[in-house]
Amino acid sequence: MIDKRMTIDDIVDQLSDGMTLGIGGWGTRRKPMALVRAIARSGLKDLTVAAYGGPDFGLLAATGKVRKFIFAFATLDHIPNEPHFKAARQAGLPVLELDEGLFHWGLRAAAMRMPFLPTRVGIGTDLIKQPELSKTVRSPFDDGELFVAMPALSLDAALLHVHRADQQGNTLTLSPDPFFDELMGRAADKVFVTAEKVVPTRELNMIDNLRYNILERAAISGVAEAPFGAHPTGAAPDYQLDLDHLKNYAASAASPEAWAAYRAKFVDTPEQDYLAAVGGADHIGSLKIPSY
Amino acid sequence: MTDYSLAELLIVACAENWRDAGEVMAFGAGPLPRLGVNLAKSSFNPALMTTDGECFYTTDPIGPGCRSDPANVEGWSPYDRTFNTLWSGKRVAMVGPVQMDRFGQANISAIGDHAKPKVALVGARGFPGNSVHHRNSFFLAAHNSRAFVAGEVDFVCMAGYNPARWFDGKKPIGLDLGIIVTNLAVLDFGGPDHAIRVKSLHPGVTFEEVQDNTGFALARTEGDLPVTPAPTAEQLALVDRLDPKGARHKVLKDNPPGDRKAA
Repeated sequence: MIDKRMTIDDIVDQLSDGMTLGIGGWGTRRKPMALVRAIARSGLKDLTVAAYGGPDFGLLAATGKVRKFIFAFATLDHIPNEPHFKAARQAGLPVLELDEGLFHWGLRAAAMRMPFLPTRVGIGTDLIKQPELSKTVRSPFDDGELFVAMPALSLDAALLHVHRADQQGNTLTLSPDPFFDELMGRAADKVFVTAEKVVPTRELNMIDNLRYNILERAAISGVAEAPFGAHPTGAAPDYQLDLDHLKNYAASAASPEAWAAYRAKFVDTPEQDYLAAVGGADHIGSLKIPSY
Repeated sequence: MTDYSLAELLIVACAENWRDAGEVMAFGAGPLPRLGVNLAKSSFNPALMTTDGECFYTTDPIGPGCRSDPANVEGWSPYDRTFNTLWSGKRVAMVGPVQMDRFGQANISAIGDHAKPKVALVGARGFPGNSVHHRNSFFLAAHNSRAFVAGEVDFVCMAGYNPARWFDGKKPIGLDLGIIVTNLAVLDFGGPDHAIRVKSLHPGVTFEEVQDNTGFALARTEGDLPVTPAPTAEQLALVDRLDPKGARHKVLKDNPPGDRKAA
């Protein structure tokens, strides 16, 4: 039987400088944060990072890993602005700014191996003054309408967090909203997933969980078990986002000293120590369901 | 005469955005527009579809900071479905831009140069797509000339009534800007060539005060401008029930009264 199991550090070893990475999830929901922290600790550099951005953006910006962001927003949801991302933007870090829907349209183009898809999104705005979004395409039909040509957002690798996986790369994404992880996976040459639990295939109980299986195993290159691997973002229904931790994280943008302290305690620390540093499994398991 | 807060006046004004919206997905960003949606649904437009703010449609609308009882969930709207819905035009929103210009173009991306902003904001989010696919209205809690700017906004995230930016000079298919609710007035796009027009003044506010706090010339209707209708006792009771956590009291500084003359 195929065995795609690896460690988080093995995944990092599969990545290289200058790559374009897509990170799954949305804001403070289901981000592969254990993997993001491992990238932050690694020697990787000059990454282009595309995501529905949350603390993944901020951590990678604050640790100097990013050459360019592709984004429609960067937020901690209950804290509207991602503070480390904000600081990086204000220091002039290059970006391609998209609309949320335009973002998934670009992923869909890449997923279908199309060079672009037509859309009205962007018409009338400054988005299309960015060189990447400046091309248009005219309908060949009687309507003759002129559209924005959204270029394919091709990724070298997609990094996704799932709830369950088996060793072959069959997965379950159990959260109420799967977001655009499927398209991100299809837009990428390689897909690496971190999973709350790696279990035997039969324990996926796939016949009852089909709707949670968003990407077939042939698309998945590697599976790393990472319990609580989305913390401080949420991986509902297994556990919720950690708002108190996110507040501490946001406060770390206040000064170089505050960031150094956060980084030493929560980033430049082995993953096995991280869980204890943030309060342990019982704490994460008891986090309350947030309201939006 | 009933006492009411400015926040409650604004909720009632926001609710009008959905009076004639029909059976669509309704979205109000921030506590007061959200309570406006919920008030509209609970009174004159029960057909509205509202979410819990995450991805579930609920039968009874969910107040700011509240969570739905699972038994109240009536449908599913993950983001993929939300985009399908809004691109079809079956959504009516009210959003809160940081800047707005005379064309109704809105900005939530960056203040200053986009390449190196003076202030980086959250990002364009869904504004560009929303603006060309369905009706959008606006809520700005602080009506001043930093929000309502001269010229164009620093980074146009939402298309407006500015033909110079439209493809082939044609209005984008779904572009439909509704009302603007601020702490001073209700405005709409009913002036010449969709110019922004004062529709009603909140109690105790003059047209000149609104104009002085706006970076561009405002249109106005002929004659005396109407006063924004005060909430009825029934509406106030309903709003109180729809906002059990009292989120409406914390939006505006010192939670001022609705009638400034009476204050």
